[in-house]
Amino acid sequence: MSTRVIEVTDLTKKFGNFTAVDHITFDVEEGEIFGFLGANGAGKTTAMQMLCGISMPTAGAGTVAGYDIIRENELIKRNIGYMSQKFSLYEDLRVWENIRLFGGIYGLTDKVIATKTDALLERLNFREERNTMVKYLPLGWKQKLAFSVAIFHEPKIVFLDEPTGGVDPAMRRQFWEMIYEAADQGITVFVTTHYMDEAEYCNRVSIMVDGRIDALDTPAELRRQFNADSMDEVFRQLARKAKRGD
Amino acid sequence: MIEVKDLYKSYAKGKVNALNGITFSVEDGEVFGVIGPDGAGKSSLFRILASLLLPDSGVAVMNGHDVVKDYRKVRQIIGYMPGRFSLYQDLSVEENLTFFATLFNTSIEENYHLIKDIYQQIEPFKKRRAGALSGGMKQKLALSCALIHKPEILILDEPTTGVDPVSRKEFWDMLGRLKEQGITILVSTAYMDEASRCDRIALIREGEFIASDTPQGIIDSYSGILWSVEGDRMSAMLTALRDHSAVKTSFAFGDKIHIAVADGLQAGELKQYLAKKEFSDVRIAPIKPTVEDCFMALTNE
Repeated sequence: MSTRVIEVTDLTKKFGNFTAVDHITFDVEEGEIFGFLGANGAGKTTAMQMLCGISMPTAGAGTVAGYDIIRENELIKRNIGYMSQKFSLYEDLRVWENIRLFGGIYGLTDKVIATKTDALLERLNFREERNTMVKYLPLGWKQKLAFSVAIFHEPKIVFLDEPTGGVDPAMRRQFWEMIYEAADQGITVFVTTHYMDEAEYCNRVSIMVDGRIDALDTPAELRRQFNADSMDEVFRQLARKAKRGD
Repeated sequence: MIEVKDLYKSYAKGKVNALNGITFSVEDGEVFGVIGPDGAGKSSLFRILASLLLPDSGVAVMNGHDVVKDYRKVRQIIGYMPGRFSLYQDLSVEENLTFFATLFNTSIEENYHLIKDIYQQIEPFKKRRAGALSGGMKQKLALSCALIHKPEILILDEPTTGVDPVSRKEFWDMLGRLKEQGITILVSTAYMDEASRCDRIALIREGEFIASDTPQGIIDSYSGILWSVEGDRMSAMLTALRDHSAVKTSFAFGDKIHIAVADGLQAGELKQYLAKKEFSDVRIAPIKPTVEDCFMALTNE
């Protein structure tokens, strides 16, 4: 039997009289790679902030990683992983210092951090970079390290906010292979992207339009429903319906 | 016309080589795209061409004006839109635009026709603080500010990064209309699919142009044999394909896998190999490469 790592009903966020997120309802299963798509301004960031426990919904309810979005948002923060292209590692800290810092923030003991750091650097083939300042790492390495740090505390779910923006095409694909590995280990992956080819790599995809989820299914099923050759075309058909200005 | 010869730029006392000898030229009224990942040197190149950064060596001339010696003149004839949002967050939309117009001794009214197409879309919000605009609106304001002094050359550093596919298409449509007015456009992007919107492109990696041609020319010079493979269990199939000795590279491309294969491999042979590994209903077809295939092939060499 599968368990649900995200389960939300009618989740809504209003800023004054503007409804950024408008009654969204969906579930994400354990170990699933869930793509969260939408045009700029469709409400993705606001929705993600609520799921991560850093923004209180105006209405609606739900759980993330087994904790209540409204009453246990502090526990949610401690039990999820997060990574974005814009911010993930401290450039002026060394590789091991970044791992130590994030491990500490997530409440791991020094001993656990030390053991896991060795294992991680070994697995990534990063042993010789242990003392390298992160700003001197090539971008592709940074991405790998950032993702590994985001799941270092073995969260049930990791949120990836445009993790591959600006990345080399080959690196982008290597990064997705890491996502698959994490999913195979049972970590649920919740990912936003503007690359429509990456939408195909998700088990299921939702597309937000004007604060609502207007489509949610497997990529193949969405292509069939919209009579489209690619996810890019599905996205265009849906985004064209948007009324609210970006 | 933009003429660039042997540009070199390094940082951190020569430890980091941002540009390793870049040479190219852009004709009047041409849209020239510099395409490559973050950290490849795109911003360093553009900042040198905008006269905001000195090269270590090499020459760059913008419509006859040297970016080092004639930097004042260069700044008058170019419009530059930097990668990061560069407007004054605490000024309103209209105040930002007026500010940039004033810097160049002009006014919004005088050159309104140049920006009309783009500015009209944000004009209803002209009293709003720039910092409170959405991503797409900021981008339109930044482009309006770069155009308000009627530049001959437009330099756009990653104008579409972080922008959704639909807004990206709209942005390129806007550039197409600017080109029709005779403006020379130099634009960088990390999105390979934007290559087809340029007259010519250069693929940049680690401070070097690894190829430069029309998008079709880049595609035509792909020398390998490329097939697309479709079926179930795509992620497992990707690994299985890599294990085949006649498959040189194997990359996921949306719902398909693109493989570069050795001369002489038959599709039937590959199907049998996959069938043995319990992949059924496999479809294989020869395909034309995309610019992204070409980029990966060139970086693999």
